[in-house]
Amino acid sequence: MTGPTGLTDRLRRRVTLRGVVQGVGFRPHVYSLARSLDLAGAVRNTADGVVVEVEGRAADVDAFCDRVAAEAPPLAVVTDVSVGDLPTSGGTSFTIGDSERSPGRTFVSPDVTICDDCLEDLVDPGNRRHRHPFVTCTNCGPRFTITTGLPYDRPTTTMAGFALCAACAEEYADPADRRFHAQTVCCPGCGPRLSLARPGRDTTYDEAALAEARSLVAAGAVLAVKGIGGYHLVCDATSEPAVSTLRKRKQRGDKAFALMVRTLEDARGLVALDAAEADLLASRARPIVLAARRPDAAVAAAVAPGSRDLGVMLPYTPLHHLLLGLPGDAPGPAALVMTSGNLAGEPIVIDDRQARRRLATLADAWLAHDRRIHVPCDDSVSRVVAGLESPVRRSRGQAPLPLDLPFEAPAALAVGGDLKNTFCLAEGRLAWMSGHVGDMDDLTTIDAFTGATEHLQRLTGVAPVALAADRHPAYRSRQWARAHADGRDVLEVQHHHAHVASTMAEHGVPSGVRVLGVAFDGTGYGDDGAAWGGEFLVADYASYERPSHLGYVPLPGGDAGVRNPCRMALAHLRAAGVDWDDRLPCVRACADDELALLQRQLETGLRCVPTSSMGRLFDAVASIAGIRHRIGYDAQAAMEVESLARTADGSRGYRFGLDGETVDPGPVVAAAVSDVLAGVEPAVVAARFQQGVVDLVVAVLDRLREATGLDRATLSGGVFLNAALTAGCARALDDAGFEVLRHHRVPASDAGLALGQIAVLAHRTSSS
Amino acid sequence: MGHGGGGAMSGELVEHVFLPSFADASLAQLGDSAVLELHGGRMAFSTDSFVVRPLFFPGGCIGDLAVNGTVNDLAMSGAQALFLSAAFILEEGTDVTRVGAVAQRMGAAATQAGVRIVTGDTKVVESGHGDGVYINTAGIGVVPEGVDIRPDRAEPGDVVIISGHIGVHGIAIMSVREGLEFGTEVLSDSQPLGGLVAAMLAVTRDLHVLRDPTRGGVATSLNEIARSSGVGISLDERSLPVPEVVANACAFLGLDPLQVANEGKLLAFVPREQADEVLAAMRAHPSGSDAAIIGECVEDHPGMVSARTGFGAARVVDLPIGEQLPRIC
Ligand SMILES: [Fe+3]
Ligand SMILES: [Mg+2]
Ligand SMILES: [Zn+2]
Ligand SMILES: [Zn+2]
Repeated sequence: MTGPTGLTDRLRRRVTLRGVVQGVGFRPHVYSLARSLDLAGAVRNTADGVVVEVEGRAADVDAFCDRVAAEAPPLAVVTDVSVGDLPTSGGTSFTIGDSERSPGRTFVSPDVTICDDCLEDLVDPGNRRHRHPFVTCTNCGPRFTITTGLPYDRPTTTMAGFALCAACAEEYADPADRRFHAQTVCCPGCGPRLSLARPGRDTTYDEAALAEARSLVAAGAVLAVKGIGGYHLVCDATSEPAVSTLRKRKQRGDKAFALMVRTLEDARGLVALDAAEADLLASRARPIVLAARRPDAAVAAAVAPGSRDLGVMLPYTPLHHLLLGLPGDAPGPAALVMTSGNLAGEPIVIDDRQARRRLATLADAWLAHDRRIHVPCDDSVSRVVAGLESPVRRSRGQAPLPLDLPFEAPAALAVGGDLKNTFCLAEGRLAWMSGHVGDMDDLTTIDAFTGATEHLQRLTGVAPVALAADRHPAYRSRQWARAHADGRDVLEVQHHHAHVASTMAEHGVPSGVRVLGVAFDGTGYGDDGAAWGGEFLVADYASYERPSHLGYVPLPGGDAGVRNPCRMALAHLRAAGVDWDDRLPCVRACADDELALLQRQLETGLRCVPTSSMGRLFDAVASIAGIRHRIGYDAQAAMEVESLARTADGSRGYRFGLDGETVDPGPVVAAAVSDVLAGVEPAVVAARFQQGVVDLVVAVLDRLREATGLDRATLSGGVFLNAALTAGCARALDDAGFEVLRHHRVPASDAGLALGQIAVLAHRTSSS
Repeated sequence: MGHGGGGAMSGELVEHVFLPSFADASLAQLGDSAVLELHGGRMAFSTDSFVVRPLFFPGGCIGDLAVNGTVNDLAMSGAQALFLSAAFILEEGTDVTRVGAVAQRMGAAATQAGVRIVTGDTKVVESGHGDGVYINTAGIGVVPEGVDIRPDRAEPGDVVIISGHIGVHGIAIMSVREGLEFGTEVLSDSQPLGGLVAAMLAVTRDLHVLRDPTRGGVATSLNEIARSSGVGISLDERSLPVPEVVANACAFLGLDPLQVANEGKLLAFVPREQADEVLAAMRAHPSGSDAAIIGECVEDHPGMVSARTGFGAARVVDLPIGEQLPRIC
């Protein structure tokens, strides 16, 4: 397009781009776009984002403004573009300025998978980074976990100690190179080194280390492997003895291990993947994807005992590719177990010395390197439920990308819940969810929590003026908030209100709008001191009512009752007026003295707390049906109910009692008992129960819609990690004319709680 | 339980209601007894009220608890108890022979502890306004020269010793009160500790802290000491002397043995160099035969108590809260 030439047609504009625009190859992109349009000017990183000044012919400047965000590099997330006119000042060159050194509102990219170009370098014998375990460019590699401060620059990463060699320096300085200003750039001559340490042996390096590691894994050893956000424990997933050894050492009961395979095709050999699941698996975030296990999946039974799902991921670092074997390498295991390198209850290990010490009883050898991991970041876990991604754990590849809020929040920190803890920082219309921190029982987890809040505050520049926490008096997250408040307000948010508000916030529900909130989980502290968990709320962000909930039954012995679903079953039987018949599996599961003690305990109410928990009802039904009486990990019984229910027809769902003010679970318990006594299969009992819960949700929401005129429903709480239940509720509610909001960006479990706490805080502080 | 539970709730009452109202430096120390300068000597002074139900339980009754409780509170500042007062609040209609039996047990306990009951009071409240018998005792004793035992004297490096089995009294009371049978019968561990403390002081006058972990258990006492001394306390879970029957009962009820009451045990914070000798002296005494080193004071995490599990992780040991609330979601 050519117009009249001459200075009159010249324009100069300033374009400011905000979002994830640093450390993602944005300046080279601006540079090459500007050069291709023959524009003069400059680009630099500032606290405010990337600031570009361009000058040239009007049409070219317009084209630049149109394309600069639209054609942004793959890792960039542009949240905001502002354009202003400037007087022209002439010139023909386009320069790339240095970063401005001040804290600001730019975002660090999450850690993402190795890109196709770098993968090509890795396998190309002619490339100088052939087989280099640390090959990376501006489009890929670690970011969040190696960044110590802002602006994102080599000195503020853990690459600071690796001086660039001449060849790398040249690429780093060349705006036309895809490694221009890539802070992680390095090569075999100047980068980190791979090492393999084994007790009683000399440490080996580089290719020798890799070869030894591969042969150890092939021989059935357990390897500690330093990754992006921490150490993994790795073994041959096809070897029964290797996986059993790891399971025994890690003391984690029957909880499933995640797997890593070379390619999408290999993944299809293990699990059935639809298009959405395949996309998720191959996405840049590379989460662990939970999908239905194929009957012929060639992995050891010990990988996921009793589970109809497998968690699978694809390699996301050059080292993973090397470990699995490049084309031409000696063949190795087709699938690796890849589980977090930690002791039960502790956070994932990131420090090399800690790894040697803490994983000493778990690993046979350590495949590590000398690039420091600054903060931990566990693998993300996700699944697809009825066409929508449903995150289980939102961590690597996601954190610290901010979520948009549909309201203004003050600078605030929400500390989340105690189990599967994540926290949330917010300011204005942005909310940064942390990665997975862990269970706050452990001192090292609490330390990790403190460290992670400080790191995220540094990266975001948010200085919280208020805090939010759960109301549970024994939550350590709440104690932490009080201990660190330093004069700032700590707002205590009811657990299930936070669950509902979390769903609302991620769906952009505006302030002041009320929804019908369904919050089903294990337990959360109720306003009356009871353990809530089967709640129907009518809520907006600021407040809520509780028009209905599951009727109370005693939860005997608190957490002891949770670990023994048979006791929950017996408590439900007693509450429903159903005899403890010896023919019932839940009765047979208890020895005589346990039965006697429990009976006495339920009579006296000693250490019994009333609960309306839907999660505990799942536990009770699991035990009544003979599926699971004692659990080795969180929600095991409920997960097995879900898994088994898939194999059976639940078309005649059990009916809850809906005549009273509260929902009576008694008829459901009685119906399950009579099915079991009549010899009905456990799978059918599970399926009928689950269908009963779906019917319950529709029936109660129908009534609430009539009473309130509201027809927007949210599904939240850990029980909705159950894919079949969530899909069933979503379908049935949709058919009944409801608009259904379910979690797709943060987990339905307590790992999504902090976002809801932020939402409530934003509305309490502004209105009161 | 509520505010009487000896845990977080009564701590809040003390901190926010009583301390500000009374404003006294000796009280603010929050020791088991107050140590007062008096005409050149140092005297310990303490009081406690006893509201246990049932009045008689395996291994004791409210009477010997009332004597031993105050004797032990005095012993926790290193003092030998000399004199006690006893005040009774009786519910109208309570069987006089039962009151007599309680009084007899008090007398016997006083003799055993070597303390004289020298003053007293009795009030009767209307039927329905009490649980039969409430008893308050106060006591005074003399603190030996050179002894300075205070809850804020714990230092990093101090060794933490428990004088015997943990959680016995609480489980004994619970099993009779609720009619729960945990296999073998559990007897309360109520006993006077003055003699044991004297034996320890014979080894060294430099005991830093003593505490009898009664209501709220070892967890509450350790949290209080960690806060007043500004140290972290790190326990080794495997070294805790928890009898099997207590462990089983706790596992069943979802209780932490560290949060269960004791009535004849003490926690001692002792400089590392003296620890072995003090431990030996305790084990040689009948009231300390099962004494054990259970942990140490550290610089990290001041104000917090943690317990290393057999597996190397370190769980946080909390104050008990009012009710039994599940945290698992
Ligand atoms: Fe929850
Ligand atoms: Mg006392
Ligand atoms: Zn790349
Ligand atoms: Zn280089």
